[in-house]
Amino acid sequence: MALDAAAWDALLLSLRVASVAMFLSLPLALWIAWILARKEFRGKGLLSALVHLPLVLPPVVTGYLLLLAFGRNAPLGRLLESLGIGLAFHWTGAVLAAIIMGFPLMVRAMRLAIEAVDPKIEAAAATLGAPRVSVFARVTLPLILPGILAGAVMGFAKAMGEFGATITFVANIPGQTQTLPSAIWTALQVPGGENRALAMAALAGVVALVAVLVSEALARRVAKRISGAR
Amino acid sequence: MLEVALHHRFSGIDLDLEFDAGAGITALFGRSGAGKTTVISAVAGLLRPNEGRVVLDGKVLFDAKRGVWVPPHRRRLGYVFQDARLFPHLDVRKNLNFGARYAPRCSMGAGFDDVVGLLGLEALLARAPATLSGGEKQRVALGRALLSHPRMLLMDEPLASLDGPRKQEILPYLERLRDGDLRLPILYVSHAVDEVARLADRLVLLQDGQLKAQGALFDVMADPAAVPLLGVREAGAVLEADVIAHADDGLSTLAISAGQLELPGVQASVGARVRLRVLAQDVILSRDRPVGLSSVNVLPVRVEAVHPGDGPGAAIALRAGSDRLLARVTARAVQDLGLRDGVDCFAIIKATTVAPGSIGR
Repeated sequence: MALDAAAWDALLLSLRVASVAMFLSLPLALWIAWILARKEFRGKGLLSALVHLPLVLPPVVTGYLLLLAFGRNAPLGRLLESLGIGLAFHWTGAVLAAIIMGFPLMVRAMRLAIEAVDPKIEAAAATLGAPRVSVFARVTLPLILPGILAGAVMGFAKAMGEFGATITFVANIPGQTQTLPSAIWTALQVPGGENRALAMAALAGVVALVAVLVSEALARRVAKRISGAR
Repeated sequence: MLEVALHHRFSGIDLDLEFDAGAGITALFGRSGAGKTTVISAVAGLLRPNEGRVVLDGKVLFDAKRGVWVPPHRRRLGYVFQDARLFPHLDVRKNLNFGARYAPRCSMGAGFDDVVGLLGLEALLARAPATLSGGEKQRVALGRALLSHPRMLLMDEPLASLDGPRKQEILPYLERLRDGDLRLPILYVSHAVDEVARLADRLVLLQDGQLKAQGALFDVMADPAAVPLLGVREAGAVLEADVIAHADDGLSTLAISAGQLELPGVQASVGARVRLRVLAQDVILSRDRPVGLSSVNVLPVRVEAVHPGDGPGAAIALRAGSDRLLARVTARAVQDLGLRDGVDCFAIIKATTVAPGSIGR
């Protein structure tokens, strides 16, 4: 089989980057989704556009903007570097790229779930004597939980497949920043590397398929749960 | 005792009213858009009016001037919404327990088994809300509110989303609530005169956000001035009668203070006390005792007030023994018969005018 140690390294790195990115962005994505679903304020359209921008921007542009902001010579990058959080050409940079690229998908899934919860149901809970925190914990959260999970899976899958922004921002250093897509791309650059590329592509395909299936199942559950037919 | 004073300006209408609601069922009646739901939402604390005051049993829940605002979850008012609003992710038992969970530990009130028995929920406990019919949902919502041990029950058109048979399914439970051990005061919003006539002890009439009348149900329903507010086809006195006998031909004999009535479709057993609703448009007046009529329900009455309407009709307030009746006749008939205060005449009530649904208790 054409899966060598470097390929497994790339897979493990991708899984690590995607998991860390997913857990880090979860609370912020939920908060932003809540704001977009429930609050009315000036600049709501702008916030929504900003969140969705990475979805339409060429990934290489996103990666370049990250490099401009967090590169070794950028003020923000230098500040983080001095705090011990090196981003440029480091796997943590790949996490940042994955967070930014996956964020719109996470927010979207969670926002839809929150919008599907009728605030009147929460008002009913309040009239029964439930304080605000209890209303969220006992009514809102159970209803949107499948949506949160679906969003997390989407974010994870997106992070697994992220290539353009990552390679632009943190390059393609084997064992450091070479994620699975980067490794596939590298294999394709080498004469006779097609077999390795194909094997890794199959691996990526399996991971993506599992993620989408999980996401679909969770989305079905949120729909059922909110309609109440369990 | 609930005391409400509200002044709230919002798109469409200005709300400006003061009323109170004591023991029993107080009906808040008005056409769609009269501001009923706004009033009940303000009482529950789901809406904060510009100005006003809401006091329950001496405890100030809201006072705009003093800046008092008790949030809805600390008001202990059981709110039964028109659309039930059950928690879709919880089964019926858990919905009911949600109400009980936040009831104060030492509070007096109905227990789980009492409420389940009262509302006939035994067979529904394991069901999901989405699988319930409209009437079943409302029963669960009512049970959930009762289990939160509220100091008062607020009901916002709980029957409006139900069809005729489903309404008949719920009404007996509401009557049980009114007449049973719980003795919970209820503020009942409705735009259906038949519901109000059947259930309420007190009536508050609302029109375009303004208070038009309030008082005991029997008084307001017999007030000729209330006819345009209730609708000329819906207006009519409500009186109480005792069931004396059921005849084989389907007619029942009922006693009221001024005499006896023969009515069909009375389901209550002999000895029971029932409410009758006599529509004003179904009362015919005659100066002489009529003979040879197809109707046997003729009562001697005295005219108490003549209230001309905007059109060709007039509303006549009548005294029948210790009861009151309301008749709607043409202004011409008022002229021809010489109807004025103090005139004695006879009221002919068609037996078919008392709908079976409006007899209960």
